[in-house]
Amino acid sequence: MLTDLSLVEARDGLRRRAFSAAELTEAHLDAVAALNPRLNAFITVSADRARAQAVAADAKLAAGESGPLLGLPLAIKDLFCTEGVRTTAGSRILEPFVPPYESTVTANLLRDGAVFLGKANLDEFAMGSSNMTSAFGPVQNPWTRADGAALVPGGSSGGSCAAVAARMALGATATDTGGSIRQPASFCGIAGVKPTYGRCSRWGIVAFASSLDQAGPVARTVGDCAVMLGSMAGFDPRDSTSADRPVPDFAAACRRGVRGLRIGVPREYRSDAMPAEIEALWQQGLAWLRDGGAEIVDVSLPHTKYGLATYYIVAPAEASSNLARYDGVRFGRRVEGEDLTELYERTRAEGFGAEVRRRIMIGTYVLSAGYYDAYYLRAQKVRALILRDFTDAYAQVDALLTPTAPSAAFAQGDKMDDPVAMYLNDVFTVPASMAGVPGLSVPAGLDPQGLPLGLQVLGRPFDEETVFAVGAVLERAAGFRHLPAIRAGAPA
Amino acid sequence: MSYVIKGQDGPWELVIGLEVHAQVISRSKLFSGSATEFGAEPNSQVSFVDAAFPGMLPVINQECVAQAVRTGLGLDAQINLVSRFDRKNYFYADLPAGYQISQYAHPVVGGGHVEIELSDGSTRRIGVTRLHLEQDAGKSLHDQHPTKSYIDLNRSGIALMEIVSEPDLRTPEEAGAYLRKLRTILRYLGTCDGNMEEGSMRADVNVSVRRHGEPFRTRCEVKNVNSVRFVMQAIEAEAARQVEVWESGGTVEQETRLFDPARGETRSMRSKEDAHDYRYFPDPDLLPLVLDEAWVAGLRAELPELPDAKRARFVAKHGLSAYDAAVLVADQETAAFYETVAAGRDAKLAANWMMGDFFAALNRTGRSIGDSPVSAAALGQLLDLLADRTINGRIAKEVFEAMVETGEAPASIVENRGLRQVTDTGAIDRAVDSVLAANPDKLAEYRGGKDKLFGFFVGQVMKAMAGKGNPALVNDALRQRLSA
Repeated sequence: MLTDLSLVEARDGLRRRAFSAAELTEAHLDAVAALNPRLNAFITVSADRARAQAVAADAKLAAGESGPLLGLPLAIKDLFCTEGVRTTAGSRILEPFVPPYESTVTANLLRDGAVFLGKANLDEFAMGSSNMTSAFGPVQNPWTRADGAALVPGGSSGGSCAAVAARMALGATATDTGGSIRQPASFCGIAGVKPTYGRCSRWGIVAFASSLDQAGPVARTVGDCAVMLGSMAGFDPRDSTSADRPVPDFAAACRRGVRGLRIGVPREYRSDAMPAEIEALWQQGLAWLRDGGAEIVDVSLPHTKYGLATYYIVAPAEASSNLARYDGVRFGRRVEGEDLTELYERTRAEGFGAEVRRRIMIGTYVLSAGYYDAYYLRAQKVRALILRDFTDAYAQVDALLTPTAPSAAFAQGDKMDDPVAMYLNDVFTVPASMAGVPGLSVPAGLDPQGLPLGLQVLGRPFDEETVFAVGAVLERAAGFRHLPAIRAGAPA
Repeated sequence: MSYVIKGQDGPWELVIGLEVHAQVISRSKLFSGSATEFGAEPNSQVSFVDAAFPGMLPVINQECVAQAVRTGLGLDAQINLVSRFDRKNYFYADLPAGYQISQYAHPVVGGGHVEIELSDGSTRRIGVTRLHLEQDAGKSLHDQHPTKSYIDLNRSGIALMEIVSEPDLRTPEEAGAYLRKLRTILRYLGTCDGNMEEGSMRADVNVSVRRHGEPFRTRCEVKNVNSVRFVMQAIEAEAARQVEVWESGGTVEQETRLFDPARGETRSMRSKEDAHDYRYFPDPDLLPLVLDEAWVAGLRAELPELPDAKRARFVAKHGLSAYDAAVLVADQETAAFYETVAAGRDAKLAANWMMGDFFAALNRTGRSIGDSPVSAAALGQLLDLLADRTINGRIAKEVFEAMVETGEAPASIVENRGLRQVTDTGAIDRAVDSVLAANPDKLAEYRGGKDKLFGFFVGQVMKAMAGKGNPALVNDALRQRLSA
């Protein structure tokens, strides 16, 4: 089936003219039509546009052109503004918003010939680890559990990851603020890469927490992610925080191997509460790397325990300010009021969901006079210490290996009454976000219930190449061939 | 420090500080490429960044930074090579992002000063605390529709320099002199056009009163005053109000007030309790602003001569009085005009002509120096005709008026109207003879000791010569004949 191909295999098939981009796109649109009612991975499907893009790609292929992503159907997280295609950020407040511009990352993908199937569901404004906060309904994980409970795909890029895992798309764009690429990739049994902060332009991506947000790819293989990131990344003068550096050949880096690399094991990531299967998978991962010729080194990231608390000050603080623009005055949803204040209150009360409102309130609180020093300022100081932890560790090792998440996918509805339990999903992913260093999650095994578990590789700033090299070795060693129950072509 | 308010229980002195918002002259906005032209159709100069659409990001405009640094250098201020942009968060319909990007904690320019000249000839140095860059907000129009407010975002995102003075000002006159001087400096630098009526320069006025020798008392801020005159009036009104509050046993509360020029009073806009909590924090969309020292040095090297230096030069080089020099340098174009007139000529005479007949003519005709009816070159030619004695001083005034009226060159006016000075001693002698012959009684009186009549005879001779006699020669001839 065309939908079973990896992105690289599909690319090669198109180049060999084994099938057309139109056929490839149609196969994926069929999968979307068949599965989306059940999984809710897409908020908006842009089928006509996708078909037109595929036809254009076929014309180029016929003319002998070969863009890196020419004719390859992708899902776009609904946080990326797409010109002429509704962009909601998973929020009622942006429900009617059709951007008149294209984000830099998606423009780069279009430049390289990609076909966009539609906009993938996500936690509202990317705030969540379960995809339960989307105003357009939760996404269901294509993986299922023996007890039959519907599982979350993780978040916030849950729609992107579910779509890719269920073979509704070859790959998808995602964004990561505290783990929103890596955790859902782990929950959905696919690969996901959060590059270094500044590697991809944030221009045109609906902002959650500006100093943390970073775009990255999710796909079924590490190599697919490398191809996608190569297109997504690059300096953008319209984003002052984007890095003016050349984009390396990430796909080539996947073939490097790990011989001679020093891989760190941060001791603070160990805990007695860690499920045995995750501890076992971690040890297995280290063994694979050792077998590949890497040296395993114990390292310390002493401020790890402050990561989550710090994150839940910095990210809401920035979000409280970033979300002020959703006021009903210029775009998006408006609920009229007697005066301006009432218009604001009604628009924002009806437009934002509970989790977004919670974070706006937390953020407003930690920035307010009298609390700023105790919360925001202190959090920034701790953040500097967390970065120093990584800098010190990378003086001894080339990369770090950890579990991606403390558990496999949980059931929809779990942890909903306890925000802190929900936030703990991000305990392994948040420190790297705070430090801005690159990370990757690669599917490496199953838990006793048959659900996928990921391993996380973290690297030095702007050294995604080593991260890809390590990730690719783990991928080959793990030989993860398990399939989710709900997927294109599977019996219903 | 003679200005005090005479209260019931003794005099009060004023403490005044000004925060001036000066719109930066630049083709585009502080963080977007939109145009900045004044008076354009509403919402015609708005980018998605200015309207704070989702995912839009600010990018600093280097020209605006250069303008701020030039201004800092012109205020003899410290240039901070590392500064930072913060977000000032508050909700308003004409503030699209819900925050203003400003430099709260780390401004681009630190301490500097402005020298002000007062009417008694004294000067004072007024401290400048800081200058920072920030975005302007848009404009809310509440009078266009019975139930709706209209929003114009053309101004949204335009670069402003907020220039904060120390509380060094003590009188309304000093505040006026400070504003005017600051405006002159900004105009010299080309960093702000200083047009208060168009809103490109606005002042927030901080006023408190105290008994002599006391520490500062509570101040009130009078927001958004838009002319020098109103600033001075607002200070007087607000200080008088505060004196009344204190003397009636009350307490002045820190608050923001508005000045109503029609009523000549200030009124409360919002009290301290209603003050916004702006939740300042560093804007994570922007990196710290790091300036290269060599780049700053380059801007310094390109600075124009500033008013204080020019005034000192006019005094030293041209021998002008401090007052005349200050008047001539108050406007860069006037100073340049003067220098053209004075070049290679009697510089004091040039100044006298500028300060006298020339300014009077501008006033009378309602013209500015930029479209003066008499060019600097033409005025210079007139002075040349005086210098080479082609005409005398009295005729020169007549020629100047003709120049104002007709725009003709002075030489052709002199020729066409036959105004050339008569230096022919024969003609002068003949005129003297006829005047003396026509006034035998006066001649007798003069000879009888009434010396003052000499002036009468000069006047009569000049009149007989239609004003064209060379005054020195006429004097000589008269003196000779009368003493004979």
